[in-house]
Amino acid sequence: MTLAQTNSIALLGLDGHVVNVEVDIADGLPMYCLLGLPDAALSESRERVRSAMVNCAEVWPNRKVTVSLSPAWLPKSGSGFDLAICIALLSAHETIPSERICDVVFLGELSLDGRIRSVRGVLPALMAAFKSGIRTAVVPAANSSEAGLMQGMEIIAMAHLKHVLHWLRNGEREIAQEIDYQWNESEEHLDFADVAGQPEARLAAEIAATGGHHILLIGPPGAGKTMIAERIPTIMPALKITEALEVTSVHSLAGSFTTRSPTSLVAPIVSPHHTTTRVAMVGGGTHAIRPGACSLAHHGVLFIDEAPECPAGVLDSLRQPLEAGTVTIARSIGNVTFPARFLLVLAANPCPCGKFTGRGRNCTCTSAQVRRYLGKLSGPLMDRIDLRVHVDPVGRIDMARNELGETSALIRARVIAARAVAEKRFAGLGYSLNSQIPARSLRTNFQPERAAMSFLHDELEREHITARGLHKIVRVSWTLSDLHGHVLPTLDDVKQAHSIRGGVEI
Amino acid sequence: MQTKNNQRTGAFGEEVITQYLAAKNSEIIERNWRIREGEIDIIALQPNGIFAFIEVKTRSSLAFGHPLEAINRQKALRMQRLALGWLATHGWLGSEYQIDVAAVLIEPDGSHSIEYRANVL
Repeated sequence: MTLAQTNSIALLGLDGHVVNVEVDIADGLPMYCLLGLPDAALSESRERVRSAMVNCAEVWPNRKVTVSLSPAWLPKSGSGFDLAICIALLSAHETIPSERICDVVFLGELSLDGRIRSVRGVLPALMAAFKSGIRTAVVPAANSSEAGLMQGMEIIAMAHLKHVLHWLRNGEREIAQEIDYQWNESEEHLDFADVAGQPEARLAAEIAATGGHHILLIGPPGAGKTMIAERIPTIMPALKITEALEVTSVHSLAGSFTTRSPTSLVAPIVSPHHTTTRVAMVGGGTHAIRPGACSLAHHGVLFIDEAPECPAGVLDSLRQPLEAGTVTIARSIGNVTFPARFLLVLAANPCPCGKFTGRGRNCTCTSAQVRRYLGKLSGPLMDRIDLRVHVDPVGRIDMARNELGETSALIRARVIAARAVAEKRFAGLGYSLNSQIPARSLRTNFQPERAAMSFLHDELEREHITARGLHKIVRVSWTLSDLHGHVLPTLDDVKQAHSIRGGVEI
Repeated sequence: MQTKNNQRTGAFGEEVITQYLAAKNSEIIERNWRIREGEIDIIALQPNGIFAFIEVKTRSSLAFGHPLEAINRQKALRMQRLALGWLATHGWLGSEYQIDVAAVLIEPDGSHSIEYRANVL
């Protein structure tokens, strides 16, 4: 037989397609022809496959080799097809039984000596394989912990082409790879106990984590904005398994497992630099569309320090994902939708020089500069931010205090309890966080108690707050009421929500 | 000296292929037909009436790769031009023809093996 076929997966965003890898060895001059819209990295597969084969003491067929990756119309990218091509080639060359490989998916890049290197997007690829009925997959050993998350499939993690060939020829595996299925609940070294003082900012962080309220921290340099933002994931509840699978899939596609373990249940935090581009923020790319920062922060925290320094379009590009919880990227090779449901944490200095705080004695900015600075955060974006908190410089009393603040574990326990209450209340409504209550329901089903409402209406009449501000205060007051164990937001809850929002609109 | 040796090797390979073709009842029409553009090693008329233009590659080791790898598409196309040139100058233009490639590998012990690829275009 000079014809053989096996399978691999092509990813377009998180959507995988099973790709049939067919190899035909025909008489003719030695040549290698790769069909099926390969990109540059994939076109180079010939040299990798050939060297790997020869260095594993296999014979390269000196004939006309045609490799077809079908469906032919689907653009394919990356080096993950190496292993599948190599196996199909050897099978067409009649050195591997062909019936063993036709129902197996092979993923992996080959190094010249035959080692199997890790590839991106293993988890979404396996999900696609499972969906189309394939139950066995060979993956690079380096991707085994990620691949092990896939339930219901036989995952064979292999480190070397020789091991794969041995398995296919003799039916036995040289190395019994123990795959680690363990989710780890915490890996953080950060803790809220490290933050000195800052009771308001701490409370705001707790509210944000509980109700999913986006938050803006305003304060001078050195006050602890970054410290607080970085610790927000430590007080968020552990991800549910379904959420963790989504997070791992996105991170797998971005290839960012150097910073995050694939089996982590900790909410991710992504902090792009303020000079970041729009594509880096929402995702993009020409050949392989990669997720951006807002998708990597899915089910976690997107922290942007020095937010007013961001170029105009970058922050505003977050408006769609903030609204929809997903981001859709259109490119010539197709449309790709990534999940992007994140908690947005912005940090800003109060003015360009950063010292406009308290009495503003050291500030060197003009009043116009001060006003313009925070004005760079556009109205529609601020519209989606429920909490705006001033982080004041730490005073000498807080610094001198010896006992540590509350630990993250303690705060997280409260967050989890409050979230459970909210989830029960919203059962069957399609959302679970207080920040997601639609404005209409705030005036009907989810109104605070009467006294609180009349307080808010008074404030509205005095033009201290706007209608939009009123809605945000009510949402935050629901979170406070959940944290305090009230059935309905009380007047106190509403007043606290009002004060923590910082009063005036920007 | 080296050149002379290579020439001897090449001539040996062509002789081997000539005998191989003769054994298959092909009629050898011309050997080493040479014009300015290049050379055709063997021109043969097969029993089925199709002209075969054969390029012979002879190697005494695989150190520089398989002999057939030395023939890329460009070389095969040049052979086609030469073949058409021969047909035209000999009044056979329009007859059916094919380009074949043969590899002869000489082992250190003096034995040899043949790989013959017919109609490679």
